[in-house]
Amino acid sequence: MNELFQLILSGITVGFIYALVGMGFTVIYNSSGIINFSQGEFVMAGGMSAVFLLKAGMPFWLAFSLSILITAILGIVLWKLIDLSKERSVISMIILTLGYSIALRGLAEVIFDKELHTLPSFVGDGAFEIYGATLTYQALLVIFISIIIVLFLYIFFKKTKTGKAMMATSDNIDSAKLMGIDIKKILMLNFAISAIIASIGGLLLAPITSTNYEIGIMLGLKGFSAAVIGGLSQPFGAVVGGLILGISESLVAGYISSEYKDAVAFVALLGILFFMPGGIFSNLKAKRI
Amino acid sequence: MIKRNIDIIILIFILIVAAFAMKNDFYYEIAVLSILNAIICIGLNLLIGYAGQISLGHGGFMALGAYISAILSSNYSLSPMLSLFIAVLFMGIFAYLISKPILKLEGHYLAMATLGVGIIIYIIINAQGDLTGGPDGMGVDVFKVFGYEFDTNVKWYILSSIMLILVIMALKNLIKSPYGRVLRGIHDSSVAVESVGADVAKYKSYVFVISVIIAVVAGSMYAFFSGFISPAEASFNRSVELVVMVVFGGIGRIYGAVMGAVILTVLPQLLTSFEDYQTLIYGIIIILVMMFMPKGIVSLFDKLRKNGAGS
Amino acid sequence: MLVVRELSKKFGGLKAVDDLSFNVKSGTVHSIIGPNGAGKTTLVNMITGVYKVTSGEIYLKKENETYAEDDIEEIIHGKRENITNLSMSKLVHKGVCRTFQHLEICNTMSALENIMLGFHKFMNKNFILSCINSKKIREDEQKYEYEAMKYLKMFSLDDVAYKKADSLSYGVLKKIEIIRALATKPRLVLFDEPVAGLNPKETADISAIIKEVANEGISVILIEHDMKMVMQISDWITVVNFGKKLAEGTPVEISNNEDVINAYLGSRHKKKLANNG
Repeated sequence: MNELFQLILSGITVGFIYALVGMGFTVIYNSSGIINFSQGEFVMAGGMSAVFLLKAGMPFWLAFSLSILITAILGIVLWKLIDLSKERSVISMIILTLGYSIALRGLAEVIFDKELHTLPSFVGDGAFEIYGATLTYQALLVIFISIIIVLFLYIFFKKTKTGKAMMATSDNIDSAKLMGIDIKKILMLNFAISAIIASIGGLLLAPITSTNYEIGIMLGLKGFSAAVIGGLSQPFGAVVGGLILGISESLVAGYISSEYKDAVAFVALLGILFFMPGGIFSNLKAKRI
Repeated sequence: MIKRNIDIIILIFILIVAAFAMKNDFYYEIAVLSILNAIICIGLNLLIGYAGQISLGHGGFMALGAYISAILSSNYSLSPMLSLFIAVLFMGIFAYLISKPILKLEGHYLAMATLGVGIIIYIIINAQGDLTGGPDGMGVDVFKVFGYEFDTNVKWYILSSIMLILVIMALKNLIKSPYGRVLRGIHDSSVAVESVGADVAKYKSYVFVISVIIAVVAGSMYAFFSGFISPAEASFNRSVELVVMVVFGGIGRIYGAVMGAVILTVLPQLLTSFEDYQTLIYGIIIILVMMFMPKGIVSLFDKLRKNGAGS
Repeated sequence: MLVVRELSKKFGGLKAVDDLSFNVKSGTVHSIIGPNGAGKTTLVNMITGVYKVTSGEIYLKKENETYAEDDIEEIIHGKRENITNLSMSKLVHKGVCRTFQHLEICNTMSALENIMLGFHKFMNKNFILSCINSKKIREDEQKYEYEAMKYLKMFSLDDVAYKKADSLSYGVLKKIEIIRALATKPRLVLFDEPVAGLNPKETADISAIIKEVANEGISVILIEHDMKMVMQISDWITVVNFGKKLAEGTPVEISNNEDVINAYLGSRHKKKLANNG
């Protein structure tokens, strides 16, 4: 029983990271119709920048803020590259974002290195004991901050003027244009937000698992799975998707085999794509005429 | 007859001339790898360019087939040709069964499904260590046909060159035929094709199976050639590499696929002097081509031909 | 030739086609008309296998059957087959084909090749033989290129045979699509707004083509808004409104039918007529 609870707790922790990565995907997909294959690299950029800035002697708060800023800039650069592209077909955008992810990994190889690094925990190494399971302070921080980010995004998109404008744009680009909403700025903002969420995810994750230039690949793909499970057109579906994914992975690793842990995300992805391509919430929505 | 096949003649010429430029074994390795990649890309191009299906998991399919060839011939002492035949049969059926649910999806979702299958294959190959040798890979016995061993680089260069020429000729014939007309039609308007009595879903399935079979044969050949196979061949990186080659070269063009494969196989070698910057430069080149030459490298040649014809 | 029985299509809560029934007699031009949104396109899509029907059946006369004068209903029905929900490609092999309101042309192919696509049914499609460019394939290609040319000559379009489709005008492409449909040697053709967006000369051309098609014994279902054309060439008209059958009859009967007039012109017109005494 204790083991089960422990597995669930660690599953929830990782699940929130997947949720953050997944939300980055849905934000960009909903505003531009593009699947950003370099999303995972934004996560990596957040964690790795912090590691090296701290090594360079900067105080915590400066290193973290700069990491987030750097990643946001990387997001805006991608937006600009897409903006300058001659054609925006499905396949050329897939290859473009894949190329960007390769370039970012290459950049990380050059600027950082190929080694594994860890960030020290922000809140020390202590832990709570709940029902015989250990919940580290860092894990609790991950859960806490992730929830805050989700709430913040919810309020931003549903309640603020800018946020609602962004939602309107994703629903119908033409009427948004007619209402004088600056599409380009909105798109740029979406990419920046997506990158910021991802980098925070990277910062939260780094103390728990180590970080290196390559973690973006798997993390990005799993985050994408989380987004698809929740439904790509549901901005907050990724949260549920991420949690389901995190917990399932944890249970599989604990009870079946740790070698097949990574397969969970992709089996789930295939399952959703074949049976409920709109995500788990798609059947609950009223049928549109 | 000559005019129509001038491209094949030029290709044979290039292959022969290139043979004399092979300074050492390493050159041969790159050449054979380029040719085999070109073959895989021609098949993948059929899928992406004509059937309009993006596969981000072709590395997985290719490697699974190659592992079957390798395991049957090296661990169970079946003849390499028989092993290859069984691998093709198995993967053909597997691809056909998978194609039914997958090809119901479109665009991004289709790409994602192929990605999912490819990675699952990768994970399984890694995990089943006793059968596959796990993450470290496994050795592969030499390729023999009726006792004749393909044990030198020159023999492999000739063999793969012949395979490339046969594949190109077969595909050129296919595109000209009624079957090929259906494929070209699907690219333009699958509704139009459906309205003349062609079951589009069936054709898409067949193209999927064909592209997998071609990849399995070329991938198996590569395993036999290098005497080694590892799960990296099934990785997402490998699948991405193949798709990038096709798109970089030019979707829907046979020679686009060939050029993309050759350039992107040789390029990393040319970049070794830049050592650490290899990956970065590779990524930047892909980005620039996608931004400014989305129709691929082959569009440069089109422009040259147009200008030449106009003047 | 074709029997549509109590056909319905629901999209969520909306009934686009409601219990529609009609018969299409062989070798006639049977037009379906009705105001915009009446459900005509949905109807055509159900008959040609694009949409699945919600309820109802569609029957097609079997290939080599003929109805004799004294055949009783049971026997007649036995000479038909149920083609409800068959896919478009399967229907082509049963002799049913269609053209599209929004052109479905293969733009990167020449006009000639688009027509050759129409001969798909008859050509060899064996994968292996295609890859080795066997004699059979070469013979088929030659034979049907010649046939396609013949068709184009018949419609005076042979001068554009080798031009790429995306360089041709809308009117020409509309004709090409019709020729392609005829190349499948159909027994029944559905024309979905074949003259939409065409000038009077082009309209007259296509009108004549469609009438000639029926004269050859091919059954025609025509969906059109051009009333002049419909009245000119139709043998029978079914009027549809709000997914239901409003009226049926010869062109003369329909043009004098009060319900039809009201449906098209609306009740405001009725008031106007009443006010003017």
